[in-house]
Amino acid sequence: MTDTTNTYVKTASLEERRSLQKKRYASERKFKYLGLGAILVSLGFLVMLLMTIVGNGIPAFTYNYVKLPIDLTKVDPEKPEKANYGKFVKSAIADAIPYMSDRKGKRLARGLVSGGAAIDVRNQVVGDVSMAGQNADVEVPVSDFADLYLKGLTAKPILTKPDAAIKVSDVEGDVDVTLSAAVFDEFLARVKETISSEASRLNTRMANLQLSLDNQREIAANSQDTLAVESAKKSITSLEAQLAGFKTKFDALIVRRNNTAAREVLDTSMPSLLLKVGGGVVKITEVEGMSAKGEVIIPLEQKEASAGEWQMQEILEAEENRKFSDKEVAVVDRLVAEGRIENRLNTIFFKKGASREPELAGIWGAVVGSFFTMIITLALSFPLGVAAAIYLEEFAPKNKFTSIIEVNINNLAAVPSIVFGLLGLAVFLNFFELPRSAPLVGGMVLALMTLPTIIIASRAALKAVPPSIREAALGVGASKIQAVFHHVLPLAMPGILTGTIIGMAQALGETAPLLMIGMVAFVVDVPAGIFDPATVLPVQIYMWADFPEPGFQQKTAAAIMVLLGFLILMNAIAVLLRKKFERRW
Amino acid sequence: MKITKIMGLLAGAALLTTTAVGSVHARDQIQIVGSSTVFPFSTSVAEQFGQKTSFKTPVVESTGSGGGMKLFCSGVGAGSPDITNASRRIKEKEFKLCADNGVTPVEVKIGFDGIVLANAKNGPELSITREQIFKALAKEVPGSDGKMIANPYKTWADVDPSLPNIKIEVLGPPPTSGTRDAFVEIAMEGGAKKIETLAALRKADKNAFKKIAHAIREDGAYVEAGENDNLIIQKLEANSNAFGIFGFSFLDQNADKVRGATVNGVEPEFENIAAGDYQISRSLFFYVKKEHVGVIPGIEEFVAEFTNEDTWGEDGYLADKGLIPLPDDEREAVAESAQAMAPMSF
Repeated sequence: MTDTTNTYVKTASLEERRSLQKKRYASERKFKYLGLGAILVSLGFLVMLLMTIVGNGIPAFTYNYVKLPIDLTKVDPEKPEKANYGKFVKSAIADAIPYMSDRKGKRLARGLVSGGAAIDVRNQVVGDVSMAGQNADVEVPVSDFADLYLKGLTAKPILTKPDAAIKVSDVEGDVDVTLSAAVFDEFLARVKETISSEASRLNTRMANLQLSLDNQREIAANSQDTLAVESAKKSITSLEAQLAGFKTKFDALIVRRNNTAAREVLDTSMPSLLLKVGGGVVKITEVEGMSAKGEVIIPLEQKEASAGEWQMQEILEAEENRKFSDKEVAVVDRLVAEGRIENRLNTIFFKKGASREPELAGIWGAVVGSFFTMIITLALSFPLGVAAAIYLEEFAPKNKFTSIIEVNINNLAAVPSIVFGLLGLAVFLNFFELPRSAPLVGGMVLALMTLPTIIIASRAALKAVPPSIREAALGVGASKIQAVFHHVLPLAMPGILTGTIIGMAQALGETAPLLMIGMVAFVVDVPAGIFDPATVLPVQIYMWADFPEPGFQQKTAAAIMVLLGFLILMNAIAVLLRKKFERRW
Repeated sequence: MKITKIMGLLAGAALLTTTAVGSVHARDQIQIVGSSTVFPFSTSVAEQFGQKTSFKTPVVESTGSGGGMKLFCSGVGAGSPDITNASRRIKEKEFKLCADNGVTPVEVKIGFDGIVLANAKNGPELSITREQIFKALAKEVPGSDGKMIANPYKTWADVDPSLPNIKIEVLGPPPTSGTRDAFVEIAMEGGAKKIETLAALRKADKNAFKKIAHAIREDGAYVEAGENDNLIIQKLEANSNAFGIFGFSFLDQNADKVRGATVNGVEPEFENIAAGDYQISRSLFFYVKKEHVGVIPGIEEFVAEFTNEDTWGEDGYLADKGLIPLPDDEREAVAESAQAMAPMSF
């Protein structure tokens, strides 16, 4: 740099100076744009992340409940918890869905209602004993798959009102369907499309086989190794047979595809077609333009309907590719039409602890666990941390010993959090014999983790208070401790609190140190104190993300939203405190 | 000053919590640790048990089979867990550790779990034998001259021409997982036995054989995908050429997204695993600390709930969660000995 300045002073003409200035401005602009770009990119990622979480999480805040006519006349109001609610719920389901009368149908109907319905009804009756002895509609949660369907997250049916009259041969069993116009044509074309894609899949497999076959043929022809030739010959025969089988299948598919008007038998790998006719539902099994064969799912009241009075329901997702069958779709749609199903705020999610059924799982147990843990963490780390900072900053002599302490505190802040968990296991659980999975121990471990953060932040805040304040206090005769506690500490408090809250927010999101002390656990009961087994919010998120049931995916996102909410709240408090008490010198 | 008062209060609270250290709580709640494979079943039973009885709901931790055994066998008393879950039988070493610390385990076999090799529904169908699985995934395989060479197979078709001609790419659990242990022991070792040169080696030197049979290749064809099986399923959906290794319960719950490969001609289905036809399956267990029965309330009742027909039977709620029940007569025998708290022998 000095070189350029020298040349500039000595020889630069006006022209050169201008171009130099231009260059400087250009690089300044470039830097500005780069910075802006960096912010935009990170904002973009943040928005994407938040959108996915919110998009996934929002559905979990509501849930679908079904009203069942439950006969509670046999419940003894004196001992409401003793009754056999499982039986009541079973017979109520049979009453609400009478058209599913055979054993398989009853099972299917029961599968649409949450497995925890009986427990839920019991809790409702125990909470409101006046329900006992009554015969009333009780709301219970639907099963997780039914809920996913009702929220449009599994199969999305397309409803149309075709412009043709319909005639069905019977009200139940296997039926023939005839139409006055060829409205099934469009659906038939879709079926042919799936046949076509099946054919192309088969084609790639055949091409692969052909490749291996050529390979083996070459080995058989050219290899010197007699053993290899023999095994190649064997695989050639088997491959040829396989290929021939595929070829016949492929040809048959092509014939079916090309014959666009030919009747098709539907199987579970093809789109589904349900007809809502005369108060019932028919599932189509064979289809062509104007007529079809079908199977009645819900019995019909009338065998005929004119144009506009019946509906066609297409589900493009093949039945084998979704976890919600056509029959279930028909029954749930019927329940909706009857006004039995209602989508409302998922109170269970906010009131209950963990559960293995997605529809019964709640976040409250984890929130309470996190609360107790944070209280312990705050109570231990704040006074200790601030006291340590005051001593080190204001009272301790500057010598080798204190600088070793300083270095160690800074190092501690960078220690991986799992190490604190191991320490907690060895000291708090094994030596002090404290209970496993308790918020007390969790809070103590997290306090160890938060301490360095608080000490470092507090020392920085104390250091930022101008020495003139101390000197003035000492000058008018205050003792050192008075100067610190009456004058320096209050001025440093906003900084200390900000550091503490950031440290606490960090502790709130921590799971690793809790793993070793047993707080990564399945805890159903909401903890009532610091000795009860508990889990915390991030652990709950981690466990829900790991459960196989698809219903837990929304729960995971919703729990993340709750955790983020708390974190934003805590950080907002930190900002507010700083804004309110900040002093400038 | 206000702030000093607050500080004083907090310091007092801190003192209180540290003094609480002295008072150890007597426990009235069952503590369960152990295998992450049994975790979904154990938690289900714990929840039902808590709802049906007046006992507190047991706390279930997922520590892995080995970690659970270590905690379980560490001693007797409120500080140690009452029950440990395991996706394999207790090892002799662990049993000895238990005995040394005065712990008498009661063994309860609860059912089977199949391990599946699965891929996305729009990917190629796979019909494979255990021998082919070994060849595709082993670190070293016998070459044409019988000497061990680094695994040369790049595509499935290289292993056997009847397999699809796509790159071998398998997402599976890391070495810390019980699923990995079982997969290696049953699928890989079972496949290695079928290869003549290795079968001969097994007779000559069992340890050398095991070392070869248990080594999974590290050249990128096998990707350790972490313990989260949901993540594996998401990755399979995104990459239709990849295969994943996980427990049957995940295949069962995600049957709309992934398809299990046929092993030795048998499809990974509930009935096939229950009948023992599907070859890659293992038994699941839990172990009860006999010394805690009658001390920690509810253990006997918990075992009774677990071994109830409505729980672990063919139509029980655990079957809905993907547990493959034991055969009828075995279930009866296990239930009887478990409810009698008969100590196990090795």
